[in-house]
Amino acid sequence: MTTEASTPTTPAPAAAEGGTLRAERVSAWFGTRKVLEDVNLEMGAGAVTALIGPSGCGKSTFLRTLNRMHEIIPGASLAGSVLLDGDDIYGGTLRVTQVRRRVGMVFQKPNPFPAMSIADNVAAGLRLTGTRATDRDGLIEDSLRRAGLWNEVRNRLRAPAGGLSGGQQQRLCIARSLTVRPEVLLMDEPCSALDPTSTRRIEETIGELRSQVTIIIVTHNMQQAQRVSQRCAFFLAAEDQPGRVVESGPTERLFGDPEDPRTADYVHGRFG
Amino acid sequence: MTTQPIAAPRPAPRRRTRTGAGADLAEFAGAAVTSFAITWLIFARLMPFTVQAVGFAVCWYGLFLLAYWLITRDGHGPVIAADRVMGVLITTGALAAVTPILGVIGYVIYKGAPVLRLNFFTETLAVTGPLSAATEGGAMHSIIGTLEQLGVATLISVPLGVLTAVYLNEVRGPLTRPTRLVADAMTALPSIVAGLFVYSILILQFGWGFSGFAGSLALAVLMLPTVTITAEQVLRVVPGGLREASLALGAPQWRTVLMVVLPTARAGLSTAVILGMARVVGETAPMILTAFGSSTLNANVFSGQQDDLPLFVYNQVSSSQDTQVQRAWAGALVLLALVLVLFVLARLLGRPRTARVRRPAPKPATEPAAKPRQERTPR
Repeated sequence: MTTEASTPTTPAPAAAEGGTLRAERVSAWFGTRKVLEDVNLEMGAGAVTALIGPSGCGKSTFLRTLNRMHEIIPGASLAGSVLLDGDDIYGGTLRVTQVRRRVGMVFQKPNPFPAMSIADNVAAGLRLTGTRATDRDGLIEDSLRRAGLWNEVRNRLRAPAGGLSGGQQQRLCIARSLTVRPEVLLMDEPCSALDPTSTRRIEETIGELRSQVTIIIVTHNMQQAQRVSQRCAFFLAAEDQPGRVVESGPTERLFGDPEDPRTADYVHGRFG
Repeated sequence: MTTQPIAAPRPAPRRRTRTGAGADLAEFAGAAVTSFAITWLIFARLMPFTVQAVGFAVCWYGLFLLAYWLITRDGHGPVIAADRVMGVLITTGALAAVTPILGVIGYVIYKGAPVLRLNFFTETLAVTGPLSAATEGGAMHSIIGTLEQLGVATLISVPLGVLTAVYLNEVRGPLTRPTRLVADAMTALPSIVAGLFVYSILILQFGWGFSGFAGSLALAVLMLPTVTITAEQVLRVVPGGLREASLALGAPQWRTVLMVVLPTARAGLSTAVILGMARVVGETAPMILTAFGSSTLNANVFSGQQDDLPLFVYNQVSSSQDTQVQRAWAGALVLLALVLVLFVLARLLGRPRTARVRRPAPKPATEPAAKPRQERTPR
C-alpha cells in the first residue's frame, strides 16, 4: 500500500507527456450518408478534451477518425486531415499500425480478451504489435497501477479477465491501452455501461492520467464532462444534416457562459 | 446447518408448482384404456377378417387422440384439450425421430457385442480363413488404418478449412461470395465422386497405386467444406469489439486473427475439427477406390493397400459365411464407438468457456462469505 505512490518501474515520464492532435476540416461519410462536416478542433497535451452532444451527432465517428478506426467499417470514408504532433496521420509518413499505437482507444463496452489472463491482457499490446519487452512484469504492474487496478488484481494476475467486474474490466482495458505507451488516449463513452461507483473510479483514473497522456473522451453525461475535462467541444446535427462542432473551448466557459444559444440549451438540459 | 440458531424460523415448505399431475395422468391412462378397448372391439369382434398389428396400433393411436381430446375438453375446456393433444402429437414426433437411431445403435450392439473379444483389437485377418470362428481374427489392421487415414485427412483439411474460414470471415476479399458458395455446395458432394476424383487423377494418371494416403486425400476433400463452414460460423460469433480492441492497439490484422480471434474461438474450432472427422470416419465408397482394403496389417499410410473399419465391415458383410458377417457387426460396433467418442470430445471441447473457468475456484466454500465481495470493490 505504501509503495503505491512511488511508481518504482516507471521510466522517466518525459516521453509520455502526451501528444497534440489537431483535426482540420474533417468530414466523414458512411456510404453516401455524410455524418460529419468540417470539424476543426485542437486537442492539446496535458488536457482532457470532452466531446459532448446528443446521440447521432457524430462524436463517436469523429473520435474514430482520430486513430483511423473509422476506416475499418465497410463503406466508411472521410475528408480533411488529422495532425498528430504536426504529422498527418492519413498521410504517407505514418503507417496505420503506428498511428493506432500512438493514439490508443478505450471502447464503450469493456472488451478484455476472454482467452487471456489479466496479465496477458495488459501485455497484449506488446505481443500484438510484435514488441519485445525487457521487463514485461514491470510493465504490466506499471500499466495496472496507472489504471488504478493493481491493488485489486495483484494476487490474481493469472486469472481469466472475464472474472472481473464490469468496472474492473474497463480499467483493465485502460491498462491494456497504456502498455503500448500511447501519446493520446481516446475514450468512447467509457462509463456508459458501468455503475456509479465504477464510473467514479474511471474518472479518478482519467484525472491521474491527464499529466501523462492526452485524453479525448466522448460522453453523454454532462456532469462527467464538467468533472473530468478542461476543454470541451459541443457537436450537434440538425435533422438529416451531418454533425458539426457548434462550439468548443474551455469546459468552464462552455458550461458557464456559452456563446451559442444551442449550447446553452444543451448544457442546461433543455434538449438532447 | 448444525450451528443454526434455534430461534431461526422454519423455512417455508417448497411449493409444488405443477398442479394436478395425478389427475392429468389419470386422464391420459383413461383415454389410453378407452381407445384400446374400442380398438379391440372393432378388430376382434366387428371386423370380419383379421388385420395386421400395424393397423391395430394406428387405429388405437387415432382413437386415443380422439378420446383424450374429448376427455380433456370435458374437464378443462377446448383450449386445454387442444394443447394436450398437440403435446401428444409433438412427443410422438420426437419419439418417432429418435427411435430409428436408437434402433440402429441397439441392433449393432446386439449383433456385434457377442463376437467382440479383446483379440478383435490385437489381431488381423492375415491367418483367418472363411472357416474360422467369428471370434477368431481381428480388425487391428482396420483400426490402425482408420486412425492413420483420419489423422492424415485431418492434418490436410483442418489448416485449409480454418484458413478458408479466416478468409471468409476476417479478410473478406472479392472471392468471399464464390468461395462460400462452393463450400456450401461441396457439403453435398457425393463421397463416391471424391473417391473417383482421386482414383482417376492420382491413382490412374499419376500411377500412385492404392494407398491409405490416397484415401486420406479423398476424405480431406469431403472434410474440407464441413470444417470450413463450421469454423466460419464459430469465427462469426467472436465479438467484433475484440477485433477492434486489437486493431486499436496497433496490431496488424494477421496478428489480430492469430492472437485474438482464433484463441477466442478455440473451443468452437475444436468442435469444427471433430465434426469434420465424424463426417468422414464412416466413408466407404471413396475408400474402395483409393485405399482398396486389405486383410493384413499395413501400417504405412503412404504406400500399398490399406484397410479401414468401413472397408472391413463392407468386405466381411459381403461374404457368404455367417462368421464373417458376424465379424462385420463387431467392426460396425467399433466404428460406432469411435464416432461416439468423437462426438463426446466435440461436446466437451465445445462447452462454453465460463463452465470451465469456474472450475479452478473451489476456495470460496471454505472462506468467509464476505471476503470475495470485499475483493471486488475495495474502498
